[in-house]
Amino acid sequence: MNDATELLLSLLVLAGAIFTFIGSFGLARLDDFYTRLHGPTKATTLGVGSLLIASATYFSVTGDSLSLHEVLVALFLFITAPVSAHLLAKAALHQRLTSLAPLPENAENRPGDALPAAPPSRAEPDTRGEIPNTPGGAHDTSLRERGT
Amino acid sequence: MLNIALLIAFALVTAAFALALWRLLKGPSAPDRILALDTLYINAIALLVLLGIHFGSDLYFEAALLIALMGFVGTVALCKFLLRGDIIE
Repeated sequence: MNDATELLLSLLVLAGAIFTFIGSFGLARLDDFYTRLHGPTKATTLGVGSLLIASATYFSVTGDSLSLHEVLVALFLFITAPVSAHLLAKAALHQRLTSLAPLPENAENRPGDALPAAPPSRAEPDTRGEIPNTPGGAHDTSLRERGT
Repeated sequence: MLNIALLIAFALVTAAFALALWRLLKGPSAPDRILALDTLYINAIALLVLLGIHFGSDLYFEAALLIALMGFVGTVALCKFLLRGDIIE
């Protein structure tokens, strides 16, 4: 391994680790759930992507043939990250988590504001009177699970 | 040079683990905790890739691939439970 390859590998490893750290830092520091969702998806694509490119380069240089295992992991992560983020956003909307963004109709940003009423086909009846942003979501789903 | 970069990267990924674990314990809502678990498995994949480079062994990729598969299935199952109250309907 010559110096240029080692420098490239070090830069890729450092970039990947820094982006992974920034993703978790955003998860810990941002203010509401919908902004928190933004951070770890960047950690997935940029951080783990850079690390996998570094790993593929390292094993291609040191090994005797081209190493393409990492492309498999990268491909799977790049396909599944938007799907899981979409499902998480859907679950948060179903739980009526409040957002920092103002509502479209009454453009006030009070923390007690609930989301506009969901369509009746999607909303379960026993989530109707629930105060948003309470940590008792598990209790609510256990009630609904008993109902179904 | 690569060894120093790997050491710094290990420290950063460990700090990322600690921050995601803090969010997992703090909450405050159920989707926050699922998102923290999702971040934890992404960090585990990053740590396994770094360990693979550090030890020069490609056995770690099998583990990383398995964690990627199982972590995605777990996130989808937890989200389906929050959305529908049941996983397999």
